[in-house]
Amino acid sequence: MRKAQTMKRVLAGLAAATLAVTGLAGCSDDSSSTTSTDDSEVTEEGKVLNIYCWNEEFKSRLTDHYADYEEVDSTTGTIGDVTVVWNITPSDDNAYQDNLDATLLEQADADDDDKIDIFLVEADYALKYVDTDYTMSVSDLGLTDDELSEQYQYTKDVMTDSDGVLKGVSWQACPGVLFYNREIALEVLGTDDPDEVQAYVSDWDTFNETAATLKEAGYTITSTVNDTYRVYSNNVTSKWVEDGEINIDDNIVAWVEDSKALVDAGYTGTSDLWSDDWSAGFYGNVFCYFGPAWLVNFSMAADTEGSVGYEGNWGACEGPQGFYWGGTWICAATGTDNETLVADIMRTLTCDADVMTEIVEDDDDFVNNQSAMEALADSDYSSDILGGQNPLSMYCANAESIDLSNTSIYDQGCTEEFQAAMKNYFEGNATYEEALDLFYTAIQEKYPELTVPEE
Amino acid sequence: MKTKRRGKVVRYNKWGYIFLIPFTAAFVIFQLIPLITTIYNSFFENYMSGLNQIGPTFVGLDNYVTLFSSGDIWTYAKNTMIMWVMCFIPQIVLSLLLGSWFSDVQLRLRGSRFFKAVIYLPNLIMASAFAMLFFTLFSDNGPINSLLMQIGFIDEPYKFLSHTWSARGLIAFMNCLMWFGNTTILLMAGMMGIDTSLFEAAQVDGANSRQVFWRITMPLLRPILVYVMITSLIGGLQLFDVPQILTNGTGAPMRSTMTLIMYLNKHLYSKNYGMAGALSVVLFIISAILSLIVFRMVGSDSRKEAKKWKKAKTTTK
Repeated sequence: MRKAQTMKRVLAGLAAATLAVTGLAGCSDDSSSTTSTDDSEVTEEGKVLNIYCWNEEFKSRLTDHYADYEEVDSTTGTIGDVTVVWNITPSDDNAYQDNLDATLLEQADADDDDKIDIFLVEADYALKYVDTDYTMSVSDLGLTDDELSEQYQYTKDVMTDSDGVLKGVSWQACPGVLFYNREIALEVLGTDDPDEVQAYVSDWDTFNETAATLKEAGYTITSTVNDTYRVYSNNVTSKWVEDGEINIDDNIVAWVEDSKALVDAGYTGTSDLWSDDWSAGFYGNVFCYFGPAWLVNFSMAADTEGSVGYEGNWGACEGPQGFYWGGTWICAATGTDNETLVADIMRTLTCDADVMTEIVEDDDDFVNNQSAMEALADSDYSSDILGGQNPLSMYCANAESIDLSNTSIYDQGCTEEFQAAMKNYFEGNATYEEALDLFYTAIQEKYPELTVPEE
Repeated sequence: MKTKRRGKVVRYNKWGYIFLIPFTAAFVIFQLIPLITTIYNSFFENYMSGLNQIGPTFVGLDNYVTLFSSGDIWTYAKNTMIMWVMCFIPQIVLSLLLGSWFSDVQLRLRGSRFFKAVIYLPNLIMASAFAMLFFTLFSDNGPINSLLMQIGFIDEPYKFLSHTWSARGLIAFMNCLMWFGNTTILLMAGMMGIDTSLFEAAQVDGANSRQVFWRITMPLLRPILVYVMITSLIGGLQLFDVPQILTNGTGAPMRSTMTLIMYLNKHLYSKNYGMAGALSVVLFIISAILSLIVFRMVGSDSRKEAKKWKKAKTTTK
């Protein structure tokens, strides 16, 4: 009873917050309906552009690189006479998707100014939206195959539905590399040259041997087992779900086996990604992290004094296998009343080589334009965080090798639950079979329609 | 005459009903209707697969069959009860001790008002904030671990949240800390309601303080104790926020800290109203039975109750 009261209090707080937020959104809607005419537009389009996303990244890209965008305040902006309304919900606890789903399901009945025009998705759950009628075909918006030809093939594969229709585009590509701590490399391996370090991590067997050497010197090779997860899971040969049945790929099993060995030997930890224990290695003691450009540039405390990134002490090499992590795709929601504007935003951010080169130079992102990236790879571009190294050619090579034919709409849930379940195995609280059963239970709670393979 | 008097009664009744309207309306809208729809939903297969709605299809008692046949519900019920017991026993001991000290006139404790307020304070913090605090304190490289390592108690960080009993212990400890103040105040109220002449008489007869506590305070406190226990049990059944935040919803390790409500929350990811409804109905029935017991205990006169008990005892003899 008392617990219920606390819950009620929390819920009341949430309800109040929601009201406040929707109230604010309502206000900005009203203010947008000012009188104005734009004769350049062929058809009369909506005056409100609603964008749903989970962080500030896309907003800052639009602010900095879309010439007509003027920021009004933290949740609104204008492009010409169109008001841009940002609906930013963090991804934690699935809040972003819950909010997006609820709004999308109401999309058909909503007023034109309340309809979602653009929403962003990540690779892990992109198919959930791509394979529905809630996303618009990019070619219907007027983007031609020719315009899209410079984009990396994998970024298009992610957003292609089961009928082969492209449903979204991205300005970035997220090929991953291995970031190693130069000081530790110099001390333990005797070199911090990327090519020579690569020899110590060129495949999983040598990688695991290097782990032993590092352990003797008092370092862990990775911060946690989950660091290597993406590298294995991107190189699978089957999907998480085949014909409605949960399927564990051999390469995922290999991740479990290799990781268990590393943990048992004390070569790495078991903490969750993004936890404080995971990020402790940004300040030393962890040999390497796996990730794309955004990881080292934005997530590894490069702005904090005393961090490895601040000192420019990370180096990049290709690592055992190519992989990618993350990435943000722009989708146009079916029913949008701003088709021309949406198409123009897509075209500017994802097809315009000049704008994209600007993004690389200003924001250190890796953009989705093959010839622009290859030109930059040969240029004198260098990364301070990586001690002046130009890692772009490595990214370019990896981006071409990424194969995303084995994705399913269940990937996000499977990844999260699998890591959580296997943590019990790694820490010795369960056998592999018990942990696997736990995974199956958790997946069936999330996706009741799936079946568990018979033993 | 007769009709007139009756009219008066009816008028008073009318006002009674009018005053009851706000409560009844709120109850019907926010409690009764959701309750009925929950029960109704529990007979349907009804969930979201991605953006596609599956169902609702009437499936009879299938959800209940699935719920009980997988056996998970028993594990989570057991976890919930274990954590409640681990929280309740130290809590009641602490509260009885503090309650008897605070209500003992002879001790003449100074600043008892201040301490009464202080012990109630943890209850004012939101449970989720409290859980976040403990999560940080007891993380693998957190302050508690570095403290223990510095005083040489352990050599390697102890993973509090990766061991069944330390994780359960932490949850029980936090709940105990949050609720012992509340329980103390309830018990104190009960103790102060006991006629002081009984204590004086006992003193005249030469009873020591232990005898006074066990022979006078405890028996007379029984109704309050039962009330405290049952309300705490109902609260314990609904244990959710602390373990949810502390384990990030996983109930780690191996779901040994997964409570019934956390299990319920798991079904909400796919908006599985059928399974979640079935689980809610089961929880509702258990809570209803417990509430009925409280109602019986508190509703009836304690002396009558005592007589009944005596009678029952003599007959069984």
